[in-house]
Amino acid sequence: MRIPILKLHDCLLVSIQWELDDQTALQFQEDLLHKIHETSARGVVIDFTSIDFIDSFIAKVLGDVISMSKLMGAKVVITGIQPAVAITLIELGIRLEDVLTALDLEKGLEKLQRELED
Amino acid sequence: MDSCVKIINEWDIVAARQLGRNVAKDLGFGTVDQARITTAISELARNIYLYAGQGQVCIEKTEAVGKTGLIIISEDQGPGINDLRKVMEDGFSTSGGLGAGLPGVKRLVDEFTIESNPGEGTLIKAIKWLR
Repeated sequence: MRIPILKLHDCLLVSIQWELDDQTALQFQEDLLHKIHETSARGVVIDFTSIDFIDSFIAKVLGDVISMSKLMGAKVVITGIQPAVAITLIELGIRLEDVLTALDLEKGLEKLQRELED
Repeated sequence: MDSCVKIINEWDIVAARQLGRNVAKDLGFGTVDQARITTAISELARNIYLYAGQGQVCIEKTEAVGKTGLIIISEDQGPGINDLRKVMEDGFSTSGGLGAGLPGVKRLVDEFTIESNPGEGTLIKAIKWLR
């Protein structure tokens, strides 16, 4: 199953709605980069509100896709990380540093707009 | 209910953590501990897939004096680990960053034991107690 990527003005909007397996995560990485290229999007918001755990593999794929998007000139904001996910990621020793984050989708879009205005 | 999942391909990693989440939920673990348990299982199952090729992960209820918990038993007949002390150091990796490594898993659970002999395989037991 592929993760839908929606276009909103010059941004892309992604809401991860179900548990990611390895293949879906890697497919998403590729799909997002193609979509950035296709639409000339300047920003991306990825929302994790429905996700109740992230393991090291998913975190790596996520960190990579953020770096890759940056290489293509798009800024990524991560939103909706649940308390349980934040706790386990840090305990596991994973630090997604230099990543733009916001509490929810609304704040994430606002943050992205501010980032893109700078 | 079958409490073991054979780990042969990456889909089995998903099956193992789903089983773990269900058992954790049934035992009454809260959302944070459910996430810890699910993540620990995912990491252990991935280690089997990456390093041993195949093995199995079992998830069971466990009891000790006055407490109930969940035990994760990860077992493989893979190449084993040469230097156990080294793999338990943060930041040590032979896979170039895939997998958070065993120290991360150890932090997610309450008890963690590992036995490994080169050429024979690895047995890991991890317990999370209900609070």
